[in-house]
Amino acid sequence: MSDRASSFLSEFRRARRAYPTLLRIGLSEVIAYRAEFVVWILTTNMPFVMLAIWHAVASEGPVGRFAQTDFVAYYLGGWVIRLLTSTWMVWELSMEIRGGTLSTRLLRPLHPLFAFSAEHLAAIPMRALIVSPVIAVLVVSAGSRLALRDPRIAAIFCASLVGAWLLIFFTMVLLGSLTFFLESALGVFEIWLALHSVLSGYLIPQELLPRWVAAIARHSPFDSMLAFPLETLVGMRDLSTALRDLAMQWMWVAVMVAAGLAVWRRGVRRYVAFGG
Amino acid sequence: MSYPNPVVEVVALCKTYQVHRRPPGLLPALRSVFRRRTEPVNAVQGLSFRIDPGERVGFLGPNGAGKTTTLKILSGLLHPTSGQVSVAGHVPFQRAPGFLKQITLVMGQKQQLLWDLPPAETYAMNRAIYDVPQAQADETIRELSDVLEIGDLIHKPTRQLSLGERMKCELIAALLHRPRVLFLDEPTIGLDVSMQAKMREFIRHYNERFGAAVLLTSHYMDDVTALCPRVVVIDRGRLIYDGDLKALIRRVRPDKRLTIRLSTPVSRVDLEALTTVVSHEPHQTVLSVAPERLNVTIQSLLSSFSVADLAVEDPPLEEVLRELFREARAPEEIARGTGPSASQ
Repeated sequence: MSDRASSFLSEFRRARRAYPTLLRIGLSEVIAYRAEFVVWILTTNMPFVMLAIWHAVASEGPVGRFAQTDFVAYYLGGWVIRLLTSTWMVWELSMEIRGGTLSTRLLRPLHPLFAFSAEHLAAIPMRALIVSPVIAVLVVSAGSRLALRDPRIAAIFCASLVGAWLLIFFTMVLLGSLTFFLESALGVFEIWLALHSVLSGYLIPQELLPRWVAAIARHSPFDSMLAFPLETLVGMRDLSTALRDLAMQWMWVAVMVAAGLAVWRRGVRRYVAFGG
Repeated sequence: MSYPNPVVEVVALCKTYQVHRRPPGLLPALRSVFRRRTEPVNAVQGLSFRIDPGERVGFLGPNGAGKTTTLKILSGLLHPTSGQVSVAGHVPFQRAPGFLKQITLVMGQKQQLLWDLPPAETYAMNRAIYDVPQAQADETIRELSDVLEIGDLIHKPTRQLSLGERMKCELIAALLHRPRVLFLDEPTIGLDVSMQAKMREFIRHYNERFGAAVLLTSHYMDDVTALCPRVVVIDRGRLIYDGDLKALIRRVRPDKRLTIRLSTPVSRVDLEALTTVVSHEPHQTVLSVAPERLNVTIQSLLSSFSVADLAVEDPPLEEVLRELFREARAPEEIARGTGPSASQ
């Protein structure tokens, strides 16, 4: 076994041992910041605005494949998936690199990305708790539209959530690590966010976009971040399409892990540990 | 005494930063969008020294001398531009877990404690990350808490602690894994005098108990004189002294400081007849006396004036360092024509 592989394995083993404690402490921090956390979640209300608009439009008749109930399922499902898979890594990394507080993480014998990932995963139970009333509304109002009765689709959906989380996490690692090279990566992130809002189906379902935009969206990683799990959930992608898209999603995950780690490694060499 | 295997070895270390320069104003700001001007700043230039296991070394220099940069290189945060660095048998910038488990860097202006949780949670996290057995972690926390008289502070949220309390808890977090090498960058900054003394006592305790090497930077010279028999002094990234602290004082400022308290006031002129007067008040005065004239001067003082109290000390380290920096910069200033000798 090469030195690099054995070093990765021993890092992984160390992370596995430390992870339960890191998750517990991450959850304690989320609870400590609960008020701020709830306020942040309430600011992600754009899907509800879009739902109101499309719901009104669809009162005259279906828009493409979308009747009113389909819009309810789509936007509520989208909101839930977004909350369960999004991370705030880019802000955190940008702040820690610029302020020099990343030093504390770099001085510990555990890769900082393992520690970051634990903090972010620890927030999911709290988020799930907060979104549970919306899930209840989703099931009551559009339960028949959800495709989870088929265990194969349910399994693909669960795998797609894991894939979406990883894809978004490492995209944020990549964007946040640009702070090592730029004065602030948040400008680049704003561009990314604008593209994500349109191409991932967050604001408008992909199939309601102009055809050429929809084609770009389908082949971009943004599809794997939201549209794929969401459309699988609401029954808009059949089994074979979902399987193909799952493979595509994990290909994007592999690409983004490699790109994120490469930028991170190069960036850490340039780190100047400001302050102190 | 020098050991065959130093715990820290630095050979010809250099670190150059590329610093962005831009004059103020809108036009230069716009210009910098298209053409970004940077210039090299040599923070550390050819620095070499070694530290043996268990040594306590003061690392001194004026602001911007390169002390913090050197500490960051030694702890693996920065990549050196050139030169060789070895700490505990490792190359620091590779940040191998085996290296990180043997060192700690405490920066007085930075904290690792989780702000909204009690320090005990940070300790639990560090215990897990450093893979410290529970029993050993408990023992270390108990022992260090006793020395620092922390009581149950570790169960209060960090944000509710005072600066001094936080610093004590911070030190325990930094030492929980029992590192062999301590890099301490201004660990007593902002603390009151009694807390500084407590911190010094604690650092000495840790050094003696675990045989750890300590490299300390501080602008409080009391920290250095109390803790460090040896000092490494740098200025503008270059080494200007490495050796025994007392020898440095003897070399640069051999005169002793004589502080006398007088029962009846004595005029400055009367005292100046005996030796140099550093400061003078009616009932207390500080004199500077050459070591070979110390006995004679004391006898004269006792026989001529009503001396209530008398103390003999070395001159303050601040003065010694000022003199040392002046000496080190003199050749450059003379070469540039700005030094005192240049005008003579």
